[in-house]
Amino acid sequence: MSLLKVTNLTKKFGKFTALNGVNLELNAGEVLGFIGPNGAGKSTTIRVLLGILKATGGEVKLFNKDAWQDAVDIHKRVAYVPGDVNLWPNLTGGEVIDLFIKLNGTANKAKREELIEKFDLDPSKKCRTYSKGNRQKVALVAAFSSDADLFILDEPTSGLDPLMEKVFQECVMEVKRQGKSVLLSSHILSEVEKLCDRVSIIRQGKIIESGTLNELRHLTRTQMLVGTSMPITGLLDMQGIHEVQESEHGMSFQVDTMQIDAVIRHISQFGIIRLESAPPTLEDLFMRHYEGAKDTGGVR
Amino acid sequence: MAGNHLAKTAFLSKFIFRLDRLRIPIWVLALTFFTIIVPTAFKGLYNSQQERDAMAQTMANPAMTAMTGPADLSNYTIGVMTAHQMLLMTAAVTGLMSILLVTRHTRADEEDGRLELLRSLPVGRLSYLNASLLVVSAACIVLALINGFGLYALGIESMDLEGSLLYGAALGATGLFFAGVTAVFAQASDSSRGTIGYSIAILLISYLFRAITDISNESLSWLSPLAWVTKAEVYDSNNWWPIVLMIAAAMVLFAVANYLNAIRDLDRGFLPSRPGKKYASRFLQSPTGLALRLQRTGIISWAIGMFVLGASYGSVLGDLESFFSDNEAMKQLLKPTEGVTLVEQFIPMLMIVISLMATIPPVMAMNKLRGEEKKERIVHLLSRAVSRTKLLGSYYVISVINGFVMISLAALGLWSAGTAVVEGGLSFGMIFGAALSYYPAMLVMISLAVFLIGFLPKLSGFIWLYVLYSFIVLYLGGLFQFSDWIGSISPFGHVPQAPIEEFSIIPLLLLCLIAGGLALAGFIGFNKRDIEQ
Repeated sequence: MSLLKVTNLTKKFGKFTALNGVNLELNAGEVLGFIGPNGAGKSTTIRVLLGILKATGGEVKLFNKDAWQDAVDIHKRVAYVPGDVNLWPNLTGGEVIDLFIKLNGTANKAKREELIEKFDLDPSKKCRTYSKGNRQKVALVAAFSSDADLFILDEPTSGLDPLMEKVFQECVMEVKRQGKSVLLSSHILSEVEKLCDRVSIIRQGKIIESGTLNELRHLTRTQMLVGTSMPITGLLDMQGIHEVQESEHGMSFQVDTMQIDAVIRHISQFGIIRLESAPPTLEDLFMRHYEGAKDTGGVR
Repeated sequence: MAGNHLAKTAFLSKFIFRLDRLRIPIWVLALTFFTIIVPTAFKGLYNSQQERDAMAQTMANPAMTAMTGPADLSNYTIGVMTAHQMLLMTAAVTGLMSILLVTRHTRADEEDGRLELLRSLPVGRLSYLNASLLVVSAACIVLALINGFGLYALGIESMDLEGSLLYGAALGATGLFFAGVTAVFAQASDSSRGTIGYSIAILLISYLFRAITDISNESLSWLSPLAWVTKAEVYDSNNWWPIVLMIAAAMVLFAVANYLNAIRDLDRGFLPSRPGKKYASRFLQSPTGLALRLQRTGIISWAIGMFVLGASYGSVLGDLESFFSDNEAMKQLLKPTEGVTLVEQFIPMLMIVISLMATIPPVMAMNKLRGEEKKERIVHLLSRAVSRTKLLGSYYVISVINGFVMISLAALGLWSAGTAVVEGGLSFGMIFGAALSYYPAMLVMISLAVFLIGFLPKLSGFIWLYVLYSFIVLYLGGLFQFSDWIGSISPFGHVPQAPIEEFSIIPLLLLCLIAGGLALAGFIGFNKRDIEQ
């Protein structure tokens, strides 16, 4: 069952088209990574999901309700963490957390204490004195203390240190175990890779790729380093081979994941002494989309 | 050793002056402008000694003494009048200037980490503090000289060179004194808000203590530094000693600040910073509670301000007859009407001013929502189970109640001070009714603000132009003799001027109707538009 379904969403600000036919789907119990460069439309999409911006065209449904019309009903089951958390300078972190939890409608006091402890936040300080990371912690504590069914997280870790990022990842894993759904927008790719079941990539207001990480593997390359007893010949003529370099340890090159079988068969003829390979990362995937966009000079 | 602590002070002073090269001249020029313009205006308004004596008579009551301090009312020349009515207020504002300037370049720079950068360079430990004190002291001295010579240059008979220089010196010395106070609190408190807060508290306490002791026990008022300003008796006996005392006190404070600065660590203060609440009170946990909490200080300050405004108007009502019979300009403002007393005739004019002043806080309360939107903070509420109608509604309700409280407090202040000084007292119902008849017009203003927030959020600041327009047209309309339609563009122009005019409910009902329509449209607009980032 899909908790969230966006069909052909467009959003215009005057003449500027921010979103141009966005499609997204998130099923119950799933973590969806929403990635793209700055200004691609991630936050705009999320704000439409939250009924803060009104869609120019298309359909946006959460829990089978309209994101704009039924915003309040929907929000009873949603927890949101913005990327830039602006808080009231003269309230303390603890006061803001309580206010947010109360407005969400579902309170879990024990959870609140546990999370404050975990995130190492001092709730007695005024928000004015908090760093960006601490303001984000306030929003995260409030979100994960709530009893929401859908978590919408917009680059929630951009101000956190690696230790706190790990705490955050544990929180996401935990809600996932409880069968809840998460929409995680990010450009920290290792995070998305660790947490997400599926990924949607947005660029210039359009979703350019969508699928499970496995499905997207066809777009990726594997980095290989091969040492052989005899010099390798004929490698350059094979399909899907890129960036060949020779070094004292052997030959290093990238191979399209689809072509890996043929390439291994070919090089095994020359007596393999060492073989190192690095798994494809989302980083590569992302970079290739950038390259692709550059090659064709614009939107794909 | 001492030289090392003060290394590069002169260089830093130049640097601070460069940072404030607009801010300081604007303060000095603005303060000078008000000092110079008032005696010029007094000269035009109260040309004869007879008129001045009439003015002196209206000042001869405890309420006025509390506000402006004591003066020799039997020798009420233009000079004495200027010093009496202006010097204390201007000195207090000069104190405020020092507080803001010194905080900016002591605790605020430290809090934001700029001082740490400077300290890592070869500058002395005490250099930055003394550089900021040097700059502010220079500003105070320049202010003293410009004001002193400027007043003398007006060439008004009763304003001689000595008195004028003393007038300037009193302002400058107050500036120095509060620069010292702020420098000490910048060491004591560990935040710039705390520094400003404590310093302004000292300023207010000095003023209030002086107000109370001036009417009860004048020798006790020597304990308040602000009272020293009035004890100088500028343009009268020209007593320099209080000013010398003030400068000496400032120097002591400078020394204390230096000592405290030398013995403390960077980013630390001597006063413990109170830890805030770990939990939100039950009251805070709703959109309305949050909105009220955010505006708490502002609402309380305005409430006190409105009561004092009403009371200070009320306190002059007793001497109206003598005042008006002698003043031509004021006679023009009020056209005499048969069958009503001068006081009753004066009240509608007061009510226009009071109601327009009372419109400011509720409109501010309404526009606060727009401010929250611009700071991206209402997203926190709207992304939770809070509807737009509920959000806008909570601000609207607060505004509407705010307006009622403000106008009522002003009316209460006016009545309680007025009934004490007017022979035979005043009818509370008459005052309250006259004030309340302006409430529908205030509602129109508040609702117009709602309309702008809903439909033209970018123009929500324009409401202030309309308030200003209403003030100019209706308050000064009589003086400039504008034609009627100019006043009728403002909702305040349609209010029946009780008790002189026949009271009529119809225009008030119409105003309420317009207010309701504007508010409704605003709610519809707010529910339809994008929330901005």
